[in-house]
Amino acid sequence: MAPVAEGRSPPVTTTENEQPSAIERPLPPAEEVVFASRRSRTAPPWWFAAPALLLFAFVVLVPSVRGVYYAFTDWDGLDPDFSFIGLANFVEMPDDPAARQAIWHTILIAVAITIIQNGVGLLLALGVNSAIKSRNVLRVFLFAPAVVTPIVTAYLWRNLLGPDGAVNSLLGAVGLASWQQDWLGDPQLALWSVVGVIVWQFAGYSMVIFLAGLQSVPREIYEAADMDGAGSVRRFWSVIRPLLAPAFTVNLMLSIIGGIKLFDQVFALTGGGPGHATDTLSTLIFKDAFTLGEFGYSIALAVVLTFIVSVASTGQYLVLSRNERAAS
Amino acid sequence: MSRRYTPRTLVLELVMIAVALVIGFPVYVLVNLAVRSTSDRSSPIAPTTTPTMDNFTEAWAQGHLGGALINSVVVTAGSVLIVLAVSSLAAYPLARVTARWSRGLFLLIMLGLVLPFQLAALPLYQTMRDLGLLGTAWSLILFYSGLQVPFTTFLYIGFLRALPRDFEDAAFIDGCTPLRAFWHVVLPMLKPITVTALVLNAVAVWNDFFTPLLYLSGSAQQTMPVAIAGFVGQYITDWNLIFAALVISIVPILIVYFSLQRSIINGFSGGLRG
Repeated sequence: MAPVAEGRSPPVTTTENEQPSAIERPLPPAEEVVFASRRSRTAPPWWFAAPALLLFAFVVLVPSVRGVYYAFTDWDGLDPDFSFIGLANFVEMPDDPAARQAIWHTILIAVAITIIQNGVGLLLALGVNSAIKSRNVLRVFLFAPAVVTPIVTAYLWRNLLGPDGAVNSLLGAVGLASWQQDWLGDPQLALWSVVGVIVWQFAGYSMVIFLAGLQSVPREIYEAADMDGAGSVRRFWSVIRPLLAPAFTVNLMLSIIGGIKLFDQVFALTGGGPGHATDTLSTLIFKDAFTLGEFGYSIALAVVLTFIVSVASTGQYLVLSRNERAAS
Repeated sequence: MSRRYTPRTLVLELVMIAVALVIGFPVYVLVNLAVRSTSDRSSPIAPTTTPTMDNFTEAWAQGHLGGALINSVVVTAGSVLIVLAVSSLAAYPLARVTARWSRGLFLLIMLGLVLPFQLAALPLYQTMRDLGLLGTAWSLILFYSGLQVPFTTFLYIGFLRALPRDFEDAAFIDGCTPLRAFWHVVLPMLKPITVTALVLNAVAVWNDFFTPLLYLSGSAQQTMPVAIAGFVGQYITDWNLIFAALVISIVPILIVYFSLQRSIINGFSGGLRG
């Protein structure tokens, strides 16, 4: 396998390395027979998985099962006496405006981030994958925000987006004073400001994934498309886009699930406010549990969150794996 | 695309640099305000005329950022080491054995990719409290070691399945035990995916805020993100001081990033496998 760590330029993508081509590694039928007879003797034992399983069970599995149980109780998090109340927590949700809004915001943020972040990321990747001289510097620079702690960038933006912040100052300085807004204080606008901050931070992440996909497209394919006289838009759409299918799969999965679970940025930027204008399921779960002491209800919200994540990831896995098969 | 430098390429170059400047604008303001004294009330985008380092020394002392930095290093290093060890070991039988138990365990662990942590967070909080682990770095190391297992094992299994078995088979014929074969033969071949897993886990653990907020709140042992959140809460009106603290928390990350940028960027895109 090619070493990723000490790869020389141009950067080697793992995609290229992991598909030993049939030409390089012919596998005579005789060898397969030998493999089959050895397999039983050479099997690594199941207990290799035991340490990982124990940790996973302790941290994720057991607490999740207990969580599902608590969702049907009125537990406050401290009192050992609590009662089983059936579906009451879930029945309460449609009548709770905070919960309704949080569910809506969660879905809206996930969809908006997925579209905008990947759109911007793809454009950046196409730009950086061109012949421009600054491409290597830009790649490193544009990705940098993605490694910085989200809570830290969110606090930075909280100041920048304030009424007297740098964003409004900049708008004033370039003669766009009429565009100045209370970006985080206006309930109509706050959610979109949160989305903007996340796109600012993670567009470079999407870019890097698309770039790895673009660099795995063989040079001959670009040249063939050039000779056919395809324009750049058509060349992208009918030649390159299908080859980017794996990059789309990874990027969409990351941004959808990341968007659904969003907590840090909302916590730091708006705390879910003004009112509940930017509350997501994650911030509401936190507030209900730790400021209101409604553990049972809070965990019922977490069950809803789990349901949304499962539906989204299963759905997109099915759609995208079909597309990928169609593309290859 | 085509590799010739045409006038259109020049236009694209200028557009990309302009975009980079827009994306970099917040960083300029961050540094500009961090070196400004609180009494300076000029516009946040005007360059600071008399820069000072006072905010940094005060933020460092008031925010207990040195201790937070050490805690973050300990928690990140400990968790990542454990999760890489247990996940690579677990991936070996799960990728190689086709028996029913192996598939069952695989699906069980993959379930963890879907379960959001919010579901387990509150019951686990109670368990940690009962065990007396709340407020310690141990609770976090234990926590991340389990939380990151599904994703890390998933990476290792995908990589292992694409690797030929020839070397392992040869080792077995030479009389290696499975554990020795894993250590001397399989693990060295896993190096590329280990770099990916290391980078992704280290960034995820270092930057996590929700968990330490839950498990360390009120204790003296803070990780960097929680220390910063506490600091912002305490000095909410003094943004120059806050910005200095933000800069202090970002600098170690950027030093590591820029010195290892190739490995880190490849690590992030290493998850790109069909």
